[in-house]
Amino acid sequence: MTARPPVFTKFRDAQAELERSGAVLFRDGDGVESLIIKFPYAINYIHSYAEDSPFFLGLAEGRLRGSKCRKPKCGFVFATPRSHCMVCGAPTEWIDLPPNGRVHSWTTCHFGSEAFLKETPYNLAMIEFDGVGSLLLARLKDASESELYVGMPVEARFDPNPKYSITDVWFVPSR
Amino acid sequence: MPPRSRPKPRARAPPPKRPSVSRSQGRKVYMVTGGVTKFAKAHPAMDFRLMVKRAYDYALKGIPNLTADRIDGTRISYFSDHFARQLKAASMVQDYLGMNPKGSVRLEWGGATGGECFQAAYEAIASGRMDICLGAGFETMSRVATWKGNEFIALASDTNFDFPLGGFYTGYYALMVVRHIYEYLRRRKFGHVTDEREAQRLAIAEGSRIMSMVSVKNHLNALHNPYAQYPKRLTVEDVLRSEMISYPLTREQICTMSDGAAVVVLCSEERAKEFTDRPVRVLGVGCGTDTMRLADRPFGKVPLMPHEKAKDYEDLPYPGVHSFRAGRSAGIEAYRMAGITDPNHELDFIELHDAYASSEIQTYEDLGLCKYGEGYGFVERGDPFLKGIDYGFPTPRAGAIPVNPSGGLIACGHPVGATGLMQAVFAFWQLQETIPKHFGDPALQLAHPQRGAIHSHAGTGSSVTVSILERGFR
Repeated sequence: MTARPPVFTKFRDAQAELERSGAVLFRDGDGVESLIIKFPYAINYIHSYAEDSPFFLGLAEGRLRGSKCRKPKCGFVFATPRSHCMVCGAPTEWIDLPPNGRVHSWTTCHFGSEAFLKETPYNLAMIEFDGVGSLLLARLKDASESELYVGMPVEARFDPNPKYSITDVWFVPSR
Repeated sequence: MPPRSRPKPRARAPPPKRPSVSRSQGRKVYMVTGGVTKFAKAHPAMDFRLMVKRAYDYALKGIPNLTADRIDGTRISYFSDHFARQLKAASMVQDYLGMNPKGSVRLEWGGATGGECFQAAYEAIASGRMDICLGAGFETMSRVATWKGNEFIALASDTNFDFPLGGFYTGYYALMVVRHIYEYLRRRKFGHVTDEREAQRLAIAEGSRIMSMVSVKNHLNALHNPYAQYPKRLTVEDVLRSEMISYPLTREQICTMSDGAAVVVLCSEERAKEFTDRPVRVLGVGCGTDTMRLADRPFGKVPLMPHEKAKDYEDLPYPGVHSFRAGRSAGIEAYRMAGITDPNHELDFIELHDAYASSEIQTYEDLGLCKYGEGYGFVERGDPFLKGIDYGFPTPRAGAIPVNPSGGLIACGHPVGATGLMQAVFAFWQLQETIPKHFGDPALQLAHPQRGAIHSHAGTGSSVTVSILERGFR
């Protein structure tokens, strides 16, 4: 290692060099030099799905589950499950969601955060179900940007090799 | 009219209860000065402490009797411990400014972090806890690459249900605007088109064109703001042709990562007189919230502002994913406190949280500048544009109520913890009529503005603050 790291006058170049080496000098328009080092950070969190666990276990079995408020007077049905009702606060019970739904809104992402860049372009859709009071956000496959529309009938598909992630379920246009 | 596509709830949330008695507003609160660093892609020669110090020194410059020892305490904001990678970074700001051992607390509230900091400083004065409070905020987003930065930001979405789908806020905002366009442009402007897909395509193209006008406005206004990160002259075509990020949102319709800092000094009425003969009163504050997940948003009724009627929105499931109930609630609270019944006529300008050109249009409606559904027409008529600036297309009602005269987040940048305070500083200078002095350019100074609003927004609209500022001198 040399005593003085390489000097860059464009921040982007300094950033790129840091991918390769541990330190750079950045010289700004006023001639001020700043020493910039690489400061790595990686960690595996111990992440419990806790009360949401049955939902993800359900996906692994090819079941899409929502939840329903146990209080008879309320009975609100959630597509994205909540273990307690958002409306009245009572506990909910697990229910199976209908296999078919409709696109409530959609987009095609041509970028994503770093972890998902390699998957672009991908579609996101908010899915609505008959008799259900809230929506589910999911990937939508087998349809291109020019084919998608609000109201499009869709149905759920499940990953035969579950990763225990929300991406274990996705939707495709109904046949 | 095409069939409306929406879930049918089995039960509806009861309308939120409103307090029947008026709350104590506490002591009168005034803003007496503020400062901002230039917002930039990166400030490698300044860490967050020095950035805040520069903004602080600027604010105190020229007020000889406002010295550090007069300040009773601080409220300090930054959004992300991931970007900072320095826990208790606010303590280091407190330390660097020489504020120890005065009282301080760090504020974090997603994208609305700066707006919350402003209101926390307000509360410190209104409650009588302090007579002089410094609010300071910063963000250093250049510390990671852009797409890693997007990942950090997306950690502000549900990590069980939302983040693993793409971890991408622009995607969430695209989902919202596609529905907004469906509710209002497809069903109203293109209601006569019978082919559903064709009608939706036409509506999205129209929405994209109008969003691009907002982007042109904000970038062009910023040409006269030396603090802005991306001032430029663009055409609607330039915006539409810029890179597609998440359909239909293009690069020029989205704010970028920034480094920057901003500070404000708020005072009691008595102290304010000591420091300036042009104080600005904080007349009202409001804060609203909504579900973290877009998927959980209710389909209920619109909370009405005084100038609206229930029949205006008889057939509108609200907020769904098309509008920001948190912004509406924050607006209602702030307007009520400020005694505003018709914001469009009682405010002279607004600095609002245009992280996306789409959310600027959605926010016009949330804040009651026009009715729900009229946001696109509001842009086309020219209401939110500045008079005297040529935007390259007709803006017949320019000057009616300028929105983001500074250039907003789209052109100024969005160093999250500083952004809401930046809006306060720009609004303060507007009301003081000192924009020409601070910007070195008179173009953005409005003629004798009496009252303005600032609006700071987090998540997919999970928390929003609105504060009303009023000229406090004759």
